[in-house]
Amino acid sequence: MTVSAAVSRSAVAAAAKATAGSGVTFDQVSVAYRGAVVLKPLTMAVAAGEILAMIGPSGSGKTTALRAVAGFVRPASGRILISGTDVTNLPPYERGLAMVVQNYALFPHMRVSENVAFGLNARGAAKDLIAQRVEESLRIVGMSQYSRRFPRELSGGQQQRVAIARALAVRPRVLLLDEPLSALDAQIRRSMVEEIARLHADLPDLTILYVTHDQSEALTLADRIAILKDGELSAIGRTGELYRRPPNRFAAEFLGRANLLPAVVAGNAEKSGFVAVRVGEANVVVAGDDHPVGAERLLCVRPQNLTLTGDDERSNRIEAEPREIHWQGELTHLVAQIGQSVLRVVATRLPNPPARGEKLAFFFSPADANLIVEDARV
Amino acid sequence: MSDAVALAPRAAKLNLGGWWIAPPLIVLALLFLYPLALIARAALMDDSGALNFAAAFDVLNSRAFLSALLNTAEIALASTLGCVVLGLTLGLILAFAPFPGAGLVARIIDTFIALPTFLVTLAFTFLYGSAGILNGALTSSLGLDHPPVDFLYTAWGVILAEVTVYTPFVLRPLLAAFSLVDRSQIEVASLLGARPLRIVRQVILPAALPAIVAGGSLCLLLTVNEFGIVLFIGAKGVITLPLLIYSKAIQESDYQGACAIAIVNVALSLALFSLYRFAARRLGA
Repeated sequence: MTVSAAVSRSAVAAAAKATAGSGVTFDQVSVAYRGAVVLKPLTMAVAAGEILAMIGPSGSGKTTALRAVAGFVRPASGRILISGTDVTNLPPYERGLAMVVQNYALFPHMRVSENVAFGLNARGAAKDLIAQRVEESLRIVGMSQYSRRFPRELSGGQQQRVAIARALAVRPRVLLLDEPLSALDAQIRRSMVEEIARLHADLPDLTILYVTHDQSEALTLADRIAILKDGELSAIGRTGELYRRPPNRFAAEFLGRANLLPAVVAGNAEKSGFVAVRVGEANVVVAGDDHPVGAERLLCVRPQNLTLTGDDERSNRIEAEPREIHWQGELTHLVAQIGQSVLRVVATRLPNPPARGEKLAFFFSPADANLIVEDARV
Repeated sequence: MSDAVALAPRAAKLNLGGWWIAPPLIVLALLFLYPLALIARAALMDDSGALNFAAAFDVLNSRAFLSALLNTAEIALASTLGCVVLGLTLGLILAFAPFPGAGLVARIIDTFIALPTFLVTLAFTFLYGSAGILNGALTSSLGLDHPPVDFLYTAWGVILAEVTVYTPFVLRPLLAAFSLVDRSQIEVASLLGARPLRIVRQVILPAALPAIVAGGSLCLLLTVNEFGIVLFIGAKGVITLPLLIYSKAIQESDYQGACAIAIVNVALSLALFSLYRFAARRLGA
């Protein structure tokens, strides 16, 4: 059963109407534990109704940033605003938020319906409103028939649905999701990602701050992605744009796989917004502005944007020597050598496997490649 | 079963056919069951060796016994309640609102388990006794003729001493239970709008209930049988079952009466111990 299959349109309409989202603003927020800075001054804004995913490796500060919004950690400096109101000094129970965490954190001694009602009871809601909201929230996540069960009688995926219902029931100003799918196995995780996407489509005003280390969850769900590294914001942008044109090496390599080839700027291309660069012996055109002639840059092109055949669109041509070919069912991964660099290519079809040592031509579109300034800090 | 198991060399093992149980049973019988049987015999048989319930019945119907039973129950229940309330308060602070040195405080409270119970009582006489520090300070500063604080030589003195001595027995399992409470449950509850008291009531205490029952029943068991504190304080009119057994046997040489009361005391202890074991099993689970 999927969430959408179980969703009652009227319940969703009622919830959507009541869930007027709020924006979140980080204004120079930094967090330190015992003198060690774990989040350097962070400034960014999440728009009302937006899903912003914060991704990054362990220790990057993404969870700390989320916990600062929740009020679980006190910023060493800066302010956090929700709907324009400074909440930095408010305790968590006065912030009007809700959270879903990795281990679900359902109250084990309470039935599903009691878990979902918890927040409403805590906020002093009237009995009939509580009953109505519990029913509505459980219907949204397709768990109505499990309302009398205890959490221990549910699977991991079902428990996570109840945790989402519990969060939705209080009509949060912002929903905080802290690695919500990490405890689930791969197959259930994939279906839950789709279900959360459908949930947000049904509740478009709900603002969601989503922390994950899984880039595919972020790419599927987020309107925008913020990439954190070593307690600092490394990159932020609209999901598609950030993936297609990563601004730095870390963003390129953390969000999907990327080929980063040393390149020298040769001059402006005919088309505006593009520059001509030299990669080894090849002359190619890539997206970019304001790069001085002769400057050393990194050319970024995704493995799946390289093909073995060129056309009008894929007008760039580079040659590389294949070293390894890994057939992985639906896809073939090809590793080739270009100068001192490694070129990775993902092909859906590879009709004639190349011979070892034979040089191959690879093609890509100028729009699928961009230039990155090498900077050790990011 | 696979062949591999059948072919595996048999572990060297003495086949005693169940006789191995005999030595521990004999030790158990000699050390525990035989003395208990002697007490039961002394309580229910007269000097000629015939069964005689009349004497035991008279003792158990006496005003002294009923008063001691009531005193024992009142003091044990009040002390246990005090231990649970104090243990809960200390446990919640130590586990959820830790301060610098909280670990040290917990360890110091723990060491009370190792101290003889009468030592605390002795310290109390120095503190709250009629010539103690508190009364000395009050009489000299307020110019009083008589010491104003005299609760120590009443049932309240016994209860205060027992609460001081036995609180660690509640605190220890509580701290263990609190350490298992999922912190994210508390955080999620807080974000859902629950204030600290509601979180304690609805999230933390249900998780710690088996520990409270285990610690509380252990406290009840120990306070029912407490002898040293009651004897040492010597509060007027505060006679509990252990003290009554002592005075019957040692001061009045009424061994039959002492043994009859002892049987009641043992039955009470075993019932409380069963409750403790049940709660401890739940806690372990």
